[in-house]
Amino acid sequence: MNNPVIRRIEYYLMRHVDGALLGLVLALMLVGLLVMASASNASAARITAQFVNVLIALGVLWAFANIPPHYLVRLAFPLYVLGMLLLVGVALFGDVVNGARRWLDLGVTRIQPSELMKIAVPLALAWYFDRHEATLRLSNYAIGAVMLLIPVVLIARQPDLGTSVLIVASGFFVLFLAGLSWRVILGLAAAGAAAAPFAWSALHDYQRQRILTLLDPAQDPLGSGYHTIQSTIAVGSGGWFGKGWMHGSQTHLDFIPERTTDFIFAVYAEEFGLLGSVVLLALFLLVIGRGILITANAPTMFTRLLAGAITLTFFTYAFVNMGMVSGILPVVGVPLPLVSYGGSSLVSICIGFGILMSIHSHKKLVQT
Amino acid sequence: MSFDLSINPGVELRNAQLELQQFRRRLAIAAGFVLIMFLLLACRFFYLQVVKHGELYTLAEANRISIVPVLPNRGIIVDRNGVALAHNYSAYTLEIQPAKIDNLESLIDELATVVEIAPRDRRRFRRLLEESKSIGSLPIRTRLSDEEIARFAANRYRFPGVEINARLFRQYPQGELFSHVVGHIGRINQREVEQLEADGIFANYRGTDYIGKTGLEHNYERYLHGTTGVEEVEVDSGGRPVRTLSRSSPVSGNNLVLNLDARLQEVAYQAFGERRGALVAIDPATGGVLAFVSKPGFDPNHFVDGIDPQNWDELNSSPDLPMVNRALAGTYPPGSTFKPFMALAALTYGRRTPQQAISDPGHFNFGGHVFRDDKAGGHGMVDMYKSIVVSCDTYYYVLANDLGIDAIARFMGTLGFGSRSGIDIAGESAGILPSQEWKLKRFKQKWFAGETISVGIGQGYNAYTPLQLAQAIATIANDGVTYRPHIVNYIEDIRTRDRAMVEPRPPRTLDLKPEHLAVIQQALVGVNKEGTGARAFAGAEYVSAGKTGTAQVIGIKQGEKYLESRVQERHRDHALFIAYAPADAPKIALAVVVENSGFGARHAAPVARKVLDYYLLGKLPVPQKLGKDDDE
Repeated sequence: MNNPVIRRIEYYLMRHVDGALLGLVLALMLVGLLVMASASNASAARITAQFVNVLIALGVLWAFANIPPHYLVRLAFPLYVLGMLLLVGVALFGDVVNGARRWLDLGVTRIQPSELMKIAVPLALAWYFDRHEATLRLSNYAIGAVMLLIPVVLIARQPDLGTSVLIVASGFFVLFLAGLSWRVILGLAAAGAAAAPFAWSALHDYQRQRILTLLDPAQDPLGSGYHTIQSTIAVGSGGWFGKGWMHGSQTHLDFIPERTTDFIFAVYAEEFGLLGSVVLLALFLLVIGRGILITANAPTMFTRLLAGAITLTFFTYAFVNMGMVSGILPVVGVPLPLVSYGGSSLVSICIGFGILMSIHSHKKLVQT
Repeated sequence: MSFDLSINPGVELRNAQLELQQFRRRLAIAAGFVLIMFLLLACRFFYLQVVKHGELYTLAEANRISIVPVLPNRGIIVDRNGVALAHNYSAYTLEIQPAKIDNLESLIDELATVVEIAPRDRRRFRRLLEESKSIGSLPIRTRLSDEEIARFAANRYRFPGVEINARLFRQYPQGELFSHVVGHIGRINQREVEQLEADGIFANYRGTDYIGKTGLEHNYERYLHGTTGVEEVEVDSGGRPVRTLSRSSPVSGNNLVLNLDARLQEVAYQAFGERRGALVAIDPATGGVLAFVSKPGFDPNHFVDGIDPQNWDELNSSPDLPMVNRALAGTYPPGSTFKPFMALAALTYGRRTPQQAISDPGHFNFGGHVFRDDKAGGHGMVDMYKSIVVSCDTYYYVLANDLGIDAIARFMGTLGFGSRSGIDIAGESAGILPSQEWKLKRFKQKWFAGETISVGIGQGYNAYTPLQLAQAIATIANDGVTYRPHIVNYIEDIRTRDRAMVEPRPPRTLDLKPEHLAVIQQALVGVNKEGTGARAFAGAEYVSAGKTGTAQVIGIKQGEKYLESRVQERHRDHALFIAYAPADAPKIALAVVVENSGFGARHAAPVARKVLDYYLLGKLPVPQKLGKDDDE
């Protein structure tokens, strides 16, 4: 370890990487791979694929950790505009997959612009509030809200309820941390409650069904209630210590739907029980705590808002997913961050953590 | 909230500090929110994984484990020589689960392009559908050929909710010959489900589609059915079995070994030719039923998969009433076959001695009515022996009047007339044993003394089943010792080969004097030797006892002569014959009724002769004579 070359490489590799955060992220990814092995019946293909996803995501994380925040400030608005153009493109020319228009075929590859917006929206809002930091009025919040709602509406119409919920959350966190007055928040909450019946009528049938199902899964046990019923059975049957890795009957007999992706937590909870669930909650909490610490110490308005939005959006991810698997939230397509199978969500989350690390590590550089 | 930054940089700095404080306060609130939300999740996990764990664990197990009933083989039914009367064979069926199908008709239309589905199959399926709402899967076709199975397998993806199953089928190889004895099974209906539940044995019928409906199949259901086994199978969410966790084997039903002799049954059945009628033959020494014929019968195999409505209507509306079990539930006036029992009553009650004779003028006048004898001009001097041998009506007119209806009813009751014999198949009729009390109950009318007179020759209100007649003659043959008639000899455990005898109830010895019985027995032998049965039994290599009888189907007006040829076929008299043989050590006693055939001696006695010849001598009737008896 005293070899100067290795020390130098190590220095460049780790210069902008937050060791604590990286350790926690790696721990969650490892949990993900372990559960994946069980959920996929030890399918080598699936584990390998996810391992590759993990490596790519870590590379992306490293890259973003090394991008100084002031470059991100410059990137923020163009990225938002690009994202909006792509969203409009999806709305007009998008491919329909499974009844939802989410993909845009660029000839070379197909992309899902809503994934991009998960980063672009908080970036743009943080940039906007940073620009108007000194002169914030109510009108600025209104503009921020419009910047948030336009992409959200476009994504919700695709329809992709899960992603729009996450983007609304990330945008709201920016507005909240930027100091949106409590009166407005409470007023909006009241207005939201009043508008609920209208929102209800705007929802798609299957979205309504999911909400109804949450209230009473038993009304349609083989239809839309099936996911919720089977996943709560899986979670509950785990007991204190779980049935043991690779021994979940709900998992291995195919009763848990989407068990490597959105419902992976059901697999985990069945096999590792309450003990495992609490350990996982603690891991998430530590990640969020580290994020909040970084946020609290961020040097500028832009970095503060961005770091806060990234951290709290990560929380939203985890909470919505575990809430839906354990039957207290409706089924919306939100994966369990860092654990569920899937490259694009892994990459977009690691971009977030890369930015967090960048904000943390470039702080001193900015200050000096 | 708005500050002019350009004027005072100090304000800006303080303001920035303030903003950072405000931001951190907001962040702290957010962190608190995160904590609360995670606490909420932790509570939810605790609730599911600790509080509700037992319940949800059970549900997970229920998901995982499917209890599959393993059906036992139904016991088979064989005759006394091991000839199969009911057995099982394995075949493939095409079955539809109606609950999973939206449009049954179009599905069946489409199925018909792959597998042949006859109109009969459709009718039967519709009937099954109506009868058994929501019970599992119903067969649309049975006995698929290998080619049909292959064709369906190739097209199976087009037909969700349709499946091929290998099932055991009941078959009755003897067809209509035993339709009224062995009976048949059929699909369990709602009423039977309720009955099984009430009896607390429904669990044993899980997966069972069939139950005994009639005959022995019905009466011995609990022996034949066996015990259903259970297989615990781990299944995946698609219901596909993954592995077997445990299995308790089914226990096959027990076999029934009957007293019936299939060959004898066939001889008897054929002996009727084209005629309708019934025959019951009993081993007098045991009460075992040797032959039990009701003709015409029907093919019980039609009923196994559920009969289609057209065949059902045909059977039901046939004027020959093939569904009626004549031997068991058909009641006929016994006619002159009643006379030996009347004579025995007279001896027992001391109203006649064997030697006491009357002078028969050919009629008996009572209260202004003339009761005619069969033979114009009468039989001259008639004692008891002669009264039976020549079947003298006048003797019995007078005797009936002397005995009175209640004494007749009391005596005949002890012989089993007017009450169910307790034979081991259901549906037995009690017949009608007339008495003053009976008439009062039945018609709310007083008994008229004149009505007693025709009862004496087996007419009037008298109506008995062939089984009761056979039982009564068997009792005479067995010197007054009577057994419950029973068709099943023993129930055999298929594994241990243990036999449970269907014991007759302890025999009942009637209060009859041997010398009285001897008089009657001698007279019955006389009938076949020199009386009304002599022609039918000419040249028999054994000594037999018998009595002919003719039962009026319609009343004949006073003074009008009954002319067989003038009367419509269905209104012609029934021919009856009761017999046993050999006379000194009876091995078989029987009663025959040949419907609408006329005089008993001519049509019923030859049937009895063929049955006795076969049973005692192993002699089969000469084939070309079969069916020609009626033309004699």
